[in-house]
Amino acid sequence: MTSTHAVPRTAATAPEISRTRSLRQVLQVQSFQILLVLMVIFLMFSALAPDVFPTWGNVRQIIQNVSILGVLGIGMTFVIVTSGIDLSIGSNLVFSGVVAAKVMQAMGDTGWGTAIVGIFVAVGCGLGWGLLNGVLIAKAKVPPLIVTLGTLGGALGLAQVITGGVDIREVPAVLQDTIGYGNVPGTTLPTISLIAMVLILIFGTVLHRTRFGLYTFAVGSNEESARRVGVKVDRQLISIYVLSGGLAGVAGILSLSQYGTTAIAGQSATNLNVIAAVVIGGTSLFGGVGTIFGTVVGLFIPAVLQNGFVIVGIQPFWQQVAVGAVLVVAVYVDQRRRAAAARGHSAKADGKKKLFGRRSS
Amino acid sequence: MTTIPVLEARGLTRSFGNVRALDGVDFDVHAGEVVALIGDNGAGKSTLVKALSGNLALDSGKILFAGGEVELGSPSQASSLGIETVYQDLALAPHLNAAQNMFLGREIPKPGFQGRLGFMDNRTMRAKSREAFDELGATVRSLSDPVGSMSGGQKQAIAIARAVAWAKGVIFLDEPTAALGVVQTRNVLETIRRVRDKGVGVVFISHSMPHVIDVADRIQVLRLGRRVATYEAKKTTVEELVGAMTGALDGAHS
Repeated sequence: MTSTHAVPRTAATAPEISRTRSLRQVLQVQSFQILLVLMVIFLMFSALAPDVFPTWGNVRQIIQNVSILGVLGIGMTFVIVTSGIDLSIGSNLVFSGVVAAKVMQAMGDTGWGTAIVGIFVAVGCGLGWGLLNGVLIAKAKVPPLIVTLGTLGGALGLAQVITGGVDIREVPAVLQDTIGYGNVPGTTLPTISLIAMVLILIFGTVLHRTRFGLYTFAVGSNEESARRVGVKVDRQLISIYVLSGGLAGVAGILSLSQYGTTAIAGQSATNLNVIAAVVIGGTSLFGGVGTIFGTVVGLFIPAVLQNGFVIVGIQPFWQQVAVGAVLVVAVYVDQRRRAAAARGHSAKADGKKKLFGRRSS
Repeated sequence: MTTIPVLEARGLTRSFGNVRALDGVDFDVHAGEVVALIGDNGAGKSTLVKALSGNLALDSGKILFAGGEVELGSPSQASSLGIETVYQDLALAPHLNAAQNMFLGREIPKPGFQGRLGFMDNRTMRAKSREAFDELGATVRSLSDPVGSMSGGQKQAIAIARAVAWAKGVIFLDEPTAALGVVQTRNVLETIRRVRDKGVGVVFISHSMPHVIDVADRIQVLRLGRRVATYEAKKTTVEELVGAMTGALDGAHS
């Protein structure tokens, strides 16, 4: 996951396969440009508040805050690579958390048995909403924006129906102590962050190394040609929305563990924050392009800004202004580069190269 | 020819609303033969190709592959018989590279457990793609750049190489030279001959009568969703073909 297309480069004339990319090419990849932006922001705050900002305690705080969004960002990256969108993740998170909390409340005790049932219930709810999204998008051909706008309302509404609009605050202590506030034994790394990292590594590998990932890009790149060569496009789309939903379910139980409440009203902008991070990280809303790595970097920019503004004493509301600007600039730079690439290639290469130039001639 | 055609259509019919795109059309192509399919706009050439490559449901009619009746309900069914198509729009995924496009839908898995997890043998796929491009003499500069950034000629080369690599029975080329220059066109025609010599049946759709006469063994003319004439390429003229296409003279020898 250190480069977008980790496929080695092969020049037409050189049969040997080299695994290196020049530094210049790496720098042209948006996820690396945005990594540089993140580093600049980090160094800036480090210079402004050298005693507070660049400490492990503070960085740990940032990592912990980003973890749940990171889990959601995985699914959103897959979805946006197919040129889709999933607005329902925040509501799905709330719904999964509410149902899991309700079930765990009914079971009464606060041990691991209850917690494990709660985890399965949350993930199951998430998968269910994802399946509904996927089937409506792939089979009923309703646009993803509309389908997930519908399930956004549906899941949130049902969560409120189930609870009567009142947050459930009874969460098994084991969940809160281990996943919520706990560290990985022997370290000061939050457990919740380790869970997010493991999921990011697994699904980053799936997206960038496996056939499932390749088909995700193929569907986003040209759905019709993918279909013609025998890719089961409908099944692929359904799987991806199920994945996004399932991860929202995981995020639901993580959120429950971290905050100790269902926080029904607390996720209204989660979907947009995650979408912004995915796009800042270089994933194209038009499909076919994207990396999990970029999404992770894209999530850290708002989190670091928020944290840094508080520390240096600027009103944290500026964070929203800054993130908005970064988002627009990121997409602008991306569009410029695409246009330049299209011009450069057609002007240079066309006509000069022979299509089927015989090697002997 | 007396042998059994590798692919034969009998009385295919398909209507779109009130329009009869195919009106009982017949068609046949033998192994190791280039058949040109010509006709004016709207004669039903593309519709016929869609039907024979598994992209179109038919109202009636029979399709025979090597003498046996087959159902071509999907492109993958056609592919499994060794029928491949180069579409006018090339049907490449622009964000994927040449090797990924070459093997899309037919990836080679890594051996053993990794393969079952969905990991792919990229090295072998790249090597085989390189071989396939070299075999056609196609200049594909990079196997790792997205094909969307390549020139029209290179995209065409990739699409043709992909079809040639997988076509064991029949290959359809829907106006493969429409967007190409003089040299590139000559190379495509040369490729068509080489594929034919491998024993594959080639169906070549074109509006360019000189190309058709140059490369085809037989020429079948469509008009208003029917086959109205079949000519031996050596014994016909551009005037005769245009006459049959427009209906100015009705094809006598079929």
